[in-house]
Amino acid sequence: MDERADAIVIGAGPAGLAAGIRLAQAGLSTIVLERHWLWGGLNSFYKLGGRNYDVGLHALTNAAPKSARKLPLPRVMRQLRIPLEALELGEQLGSRTVFPSVSLDFSNDFDELASQVRAKFPACAEAFDKLAIELALSPHGVEGGPASTRTELLQRLGDELLVDMLMHPLLWYGSPTAHDVSWSLFVVLWKSIYEEGFARPRGGVRPLLKLLTGRLREVGGTLRLKSGVQRVLHDDGRTEGVLLDDGTVLRAPLVLSSAGYVETLRMLGGTFAERAATEPVGTMTFVESCSHLSQSAPSLGFDKTITFWNHSERGIYAPSTPAPFDARSGVLCIPENYRGQDPEPEGVLRTTVLSNAAVWEDLDGEAYGAQKEAAYQASLAAVSTFAPDPRPHVIAKDVFTPRTITHFTSKRAGAVYGIPHKVDDAASGVQGLHIIGTDNGFLGIVGAMVGGAGVAAFVAAGAQGQEATP
Amino acid sequence: MTNEDIVQAIKDIIITIAPDEEVAGLKLDVSLRDQIELDSMDFLDIVMELRKRYGVNVPEEDYKELASLQSCVDYLAPHLADKELVAH
Ligand SMILES: Cc1cc2nc3c(=O)[nH]c(=O)nc-3n(C[C@H](O)[C@H](O)[C@H](O)COP(=O)(O)OP(=O)(O)OC[C@H]3O[C@@H](n4cnc5c(N)ncnc54)[C@H](O)[C@@H]3O)c2cc1C
Repeated sequence: MDERADAIVIGAGPAGLAAGIRLAQAGLSTIVLERHWLWGGLNSFYKLGGRNYDVGLHALTNAAPKSARKLPLPRVMRQLRIPLEALELGEQLGSRTVFPSVSLDFSNDFDELASQVRAKFPACAEAFDKLAIELALSPHGVEGGPASTRTELLQRLGDELLVDMLMHPLLWYGSPTAHDVSWSLFVVLWKSIYEEGFARPRGGVRPLLKLLTGRLREVGGTLRLKSGVQRVLHDDGRTEGVLLDDGTVLRAPLVLSSAGYVETLRMLGGTFAERAATEPVGTMTFVESCSHLSQSAPSLGFDKTITFWNHSERGIYAPSTPAPFDARSGVLCIPENYRGQDPEPEGVLRTTVLSNAAVWEDLDGEAYGAQKEAAYQASLAAVSTFAPDPRPHVIAKDVFTPRTITHFTSKRAGAVYGIPHKVDDAASGVQGLHIIGTDNGFLGIVGAMVGGAGVAAFVAAGAQGQEATP
Repeated sequence: MTNEDIVQAIKDIIITIAPDEEVAGLKLDVSLRDQIELDSMDFLDIVMELRKRYGVNVPEEDYKELASLQSCVDYLAPHLADKELVAH
């Protein structure tokens, strides 16, 4: 007899873990399946040479106090019944967007950004305030809106450089598309990053994941590692379960997949897989590095939390094609620059630069290693143009590429932010199979948890896809 | 379950999903949303807990019946008549 469950979740990233908790909480027998031997998805952790490395989590967006109950982070924690205090969030010290001739500082106090804009773009101050108020009054979720956020902002603010600079951190932290982002995603990113801001759980990604996996266990959900899903079984338009890589069959009428839309269509096989072949693939992917420094980063003069840099007159956010990487645009993260973090003997410095998946796929062992090193050196060289030169202080490092992302998360083309057009209604075309996480339009750690928990609730309450309004 | 039990059952559920809310002073015939901060997602949680704890299925078109404690009692009484209050 095949094993049975009420619900199966594919993937143990933030979306899958949150969904699993909410399904199990509703009394459904729930199994979360993860192909990797570790949970966390794009946010994970490992040890190398005795040192801890974190993947993902530069910043938890949507920083908000518990009293701000309607905001996404307090809300999703409440839904998962994990006390927000358990995260021990430390606020960012302050972040910066650096362009060749001007920089804009911002923090969790929106006024800092507003006063920077007033001081550096005085002609745009009034239009900026008007936009900011409008966005402050808007909910996170808006539908439709202007076709191009860039064009809309340019019309409203009248200054290309200001538009480039305001969009830069938002594109970097969530746009699946080059240069521009849909208006609905722009609104979410603006609110999550500029209005609410950045925080870090004390200790980083590990304690956050520990809370999620612990809560899943507490409510009776099961997490199975090294359990990749090969096929989603379906008959006559209804989901029946999954077939694992090792041939095991698990039966369930409900499957929530965080593996990606196209990846999930492929698992359905047949005409679905044919459709998958014609779906556009996400192209935004990155080379990420993590360096350990001989002393703490702030003591070396790194004083910002996140720096979004851009070394070109116009803002660049696009695949590096045909080059394997493009370090003219990137992100620097100093995890020590959050309040309330424990002092570490060694400093940590993380960078992300633009990349493109195809080039990396074709490289053989030696060339692959050489390009990794080249991308790393270019990233740190870029950093040293606006911050202290970290290179003399590096004692250990690791670099990962789009190929690493695909290897560990099965994400096609290493597309961190998924497909360009999101599956907003979570529908897969097969009854009982729902898309959650990134390709459902819920990005980042907090976004993925909100999306996963939301779809799980609708499904579990038997009200799928419809708003409950008592 | 008596009507008082049903009120208690709903309050128990609210405490589980919104532990920081004060449920003691909730008025019977005033909408829950006007008294405490519950959003539509929280109502989904109430529906899920009712099913889990008492095996009651509230179909979507009846969610509006859960608006106040009194309307919960009116709506749930026939479904919960032969059920026991679950201690939480
Ligand atoms: C370098 C980097 C830095 C980032 N920094 C931040 C940050 O600072 N803040 C932030 O909010 N976000 C950040 N992100 C983004 C964030 O990590 C993602 O948005 C988030 O993890 C998406 O969650 P998810 O659950 O939708 O998908 P994922 O995290 O991708 O999880 C999907 C899981 O499904 C598993 N899976 C896939 N296919 C199968 C299968 N067939 N069978 C079984 N399991 C399968 C994968 O192994 C994976 O574990 C970063 C990402 C990267 C790469």
